[in-house]
Amino acid sequence: MNLKFLLPVAIFAAIALAFAVGLTLDAQRLPSVLIDKLAPQFELPPIAAIDDGEDSGEDTGKPYGGGLSSRNLVGRVTLVNIFASWCVPCRVEHPQLMSLSRDHGITIFGINQKDTPQDARAWLARHDDPYRAIGADSTGRVSIDWGVYGVPETFVMDATGRIRYRHVGPIMPRDVTRTLLPLIAELGS
Amino acid sequence: MIAELGHFALILAFVLALVQGSLPLAGAYRQGQGRDDGGWIALAGPAALGQFVFITLAFAALMTLFVSSDFSVMVVTANANSQLPLIYKISALWGNHEGSMVLWVTILALFGLCVALFGSNLPAAFRARVLGVQGLISAGFLFFMLLTSNPFARLVSAPADGRDLNPLLQDPGLAFHPPFLYAGYVGFSMAFSFAIAALIEGRVDAAWARWVRPWTLAAWCALTLGVAMGSWWAYYELGWGGFWFWDPVENVSLIPWLVGTALLHSAIVVEKRDALKSWTVLLAILTFSFSLIGTFLVRSGVLTSVHTFATDPARGVFILVLLVAVIGGSLVLYAVRAPTLTGGGLFAPVSREGTLLLNNLLMTAAAATVLLGTLYPLFLDAVGGPKVSVGPPFFHATFLPLMAPMVVVMAVGPFLSWKRSDLAGTFPKLYAALGLAVLVALAAWYFHRGGPVLAVVALFAAAWLLFATLAELVDRLELFRTSWRDSLERARKLPRAAYGMTLAHAGLALVIAGATGASLWREEHIQSSFPGDAVEVGGYEVILESVRQKEGPNYLADQGQFMVLRGGRQVALLEPEKRVYSVTAMPTTEAAIHTTGRGDLYVVLGDQAEDNSGAWTTRLFFTPLVVWMWIGALVMVAGGLLSLSDRRLRVGTPRRSKVQDSGKEEAA
Repeated sequence: MNLKFLLPVAIFAAIALAFAVGLTLDAQRLPSVLIDKLAPQFELPPIAAIDDGEDSGEDTGKPYGGGLSSRNLVGRVTLVNIFASWCVPCRVEHPQLMSLSRDHGITIFGINQKDTPQDARAWLARHDDPYRAIGADSTGRVSIDWGVYGVPETFVMDATGRIRYRHVGPIMPRDVTRTLLPLIAELGS
Repeated sequence: MIAELGHFALILAFVLALVQGSLPLAGAYRQGQGRDDGGWIALAGPAALGQFVFITLAFAALMTLFVSSDFSVMVVTANANSQLPLIYKISALWGNHEGSMVLWVTILALFGLCVALFGSNLPAAFRARVLGVQGLISAGFLFFMLLTSNPFARLVSAPADGRDLNPLLQDPGLAFHPPFLYAGYVGFSMAFSFAIAALIEGRVDAAWARWVRPWTLAAWCALTLGVAMGSWWAYYELGWGGFWFWDPVENVSLIPWLVGTALLHSAIVVEKRDALKSWTVLLAILTFSFSLIGTFLVRSGVLTSVHTFATDPARGVFILVLLVAVIGGSLVLYAVRAPTLTGGGLFAPVSREGTLLLNNLLMTAAAATVLLGTLYPLFLDAVGGPKVSVGPPFFHATFLPLMAPMVVVMAVGPFLSWKRSDLAGTFPKLYAALGLAVLVALAAWYFHRGGPVLAVVALFAAAWLLFATLAELVDRLELFRTSWRDSLERARKLPRAAYGMTLAHAGLALVIAGATGASLWREEHIQSSFPGDAVEVGGYEVILESVRQKEGPNYLADQGQFMVLRGGRQVALLEPEKRVYSVTAMPTTEAAIHTTGRGDLYVVLGDQAEDNSGAWTTRLFFTPLVVWMWIGALVMVAGGLLSLSDRRLRVGTPRRSKVQDSGKEEAA
């Protein structure tokens, strides 16, 4: 048989193979270029107080003077979660964050992206607050340094303050058991 | 009840498709063996008719559900709303995955019916094979729908109202974009079925090419219109002022167009000269294969795109199996049978066939480039590389250089005679076109001094193609060389296909000119304007008069009033809108456009300043010549339709005999 007539079907086989591999790939898998690197330097203020006379902005129950900076990330395995009150998937992952914080004693830091103080506070009051400390990234500038693609995103940080894993999109229950808890246990040992 | 009837009709159509895809093929085989076919061949026509009836029933059922807003049906709830204007209730049917599949098979069944009704000039066994292949395609699609994408699935509890159609799709331009696109995609299935039937019979000849051409031509016209409408929609609806973004969804519709165009031209060579047979058969297979990939790639989850339907991995596996079966199977058949298709006519490199072949190579190379750019991120991801996206710079660097020689060849080719021709004798006929094109290039350079050189080159190419195409018509009519009466007589006798070619080629010249102006000479001004502020753009003075609130049937909008002055005189009042659709809470921009032959003034109303100062972000574009792109596309379609109405294709029974080489008088 003349081999040149086999060329089209051979090319198609290669394309079909790539399709097959493409199907098994997770579209959500967006590896970070920052993996195993130190977190970008940042210094974020707390979510600003609302001047309504009653809540004078004190006693947010947070350490570090209420804000969040890259220095706070050192010392233990932590999660950094980018969230916003306007973000619907953040509601979806919220129970998982509460459980990680409350039941597993994991330190979670929040970066509140492009939000207003009123909305952010109301959201945390309504849904409960899993965060050890929150930095208000009202312009989204710090999120850009982190290479954030959309809200929510979550980074697993080791005790030296290096990014070890990036999770894009809401954390689902199976992500907690399959990925996050084993990784945190491994990094903590 | 209506949904269940529709579902039942789909199942019956599937059963009939299985019958149509098996018995007629078996019958044709038995007859080929010299045995009695048991009347199986004769089943093809009635099966196609029955399939059409039941699929049309299903289509009508789904249409009824959409129009009557039956929210107990899942697709209706997910894609429509009781507040939708009627036209969008109708177009919502194909504005989603399940419904668009129904439209797909409906068009396929319509084409099948046409073969059954008008294919009486085909030999019975051949017709049975063509319809058999069509039946197999249809069976595959219906099986896919019934298993993974049932459009008639009910909801357990019906909501009070639907979630509404994506606001971007609520647009007259997009309402009719999918039907034309699908008519193009599905139309190429005819060329495919003819090719498979010919491969099974092991015979490809001039008569075959003559049967294939009208179907291909009709599909090509529909696809051209579909692609142009999609581009037009992107231009005025997305509010970026661009017309082509090299997005995977756009690319996968361009690839079948490029290969289909190549097929149209190579079929001419088969018809006239009995050459390039196996190549033409391969093109017929490839064109439909890319149509299938175009239909499926973006909804399988293999590739992600900015305007994808919802993806579902379970569907992806089924789709891949379907693609492998149809495309892989036909290419294997091609590998086995194509070597037996011996070519007839020989030809010299410089000849009509030579230029048509060169056109073919450039078209397929361009298609391969676009395919590579579209799939490259996938390939890289598959071998564990980084996630990348391939953008316009790649396509501009690869696609445009292939189009340049193509334009040169397109201008010269029609002048050449079949078999053997000489360039030296042809060039003098092109002097006038060359001169005029140089004048246009000089004018372009003069009026846009400091602009990109590429624009001047591209406009030269467009003018060269346009004038050379007209010169060819003048040459044929012997205008200025003989008496007017003689020329008129020649004009009357010239086949319509010849005029069709002239129009189609001239149309492409207009498209090139429009695309050049719109992408390389575009002016863009983004600013913060207070009411009363004026901006100079493209020779216009545009004044923001005021911004008003407006209430539409299913949206709220801020509507800007922009007065457009030219030379101190008001020429237009433009009212762009920023809409928020009430159900989906999704904002859209409605650009306002003032169109002239010189260019479009394109006005977009942005956001109000956050400090409540009363300023609005406004974006003003001037896109020169862009209207010629859409006009050019329409001219191309008109050329295709005119060629389709040619006497040669309309009447006369093509017989399986060697067609006389009628030389240059016959149309290309």
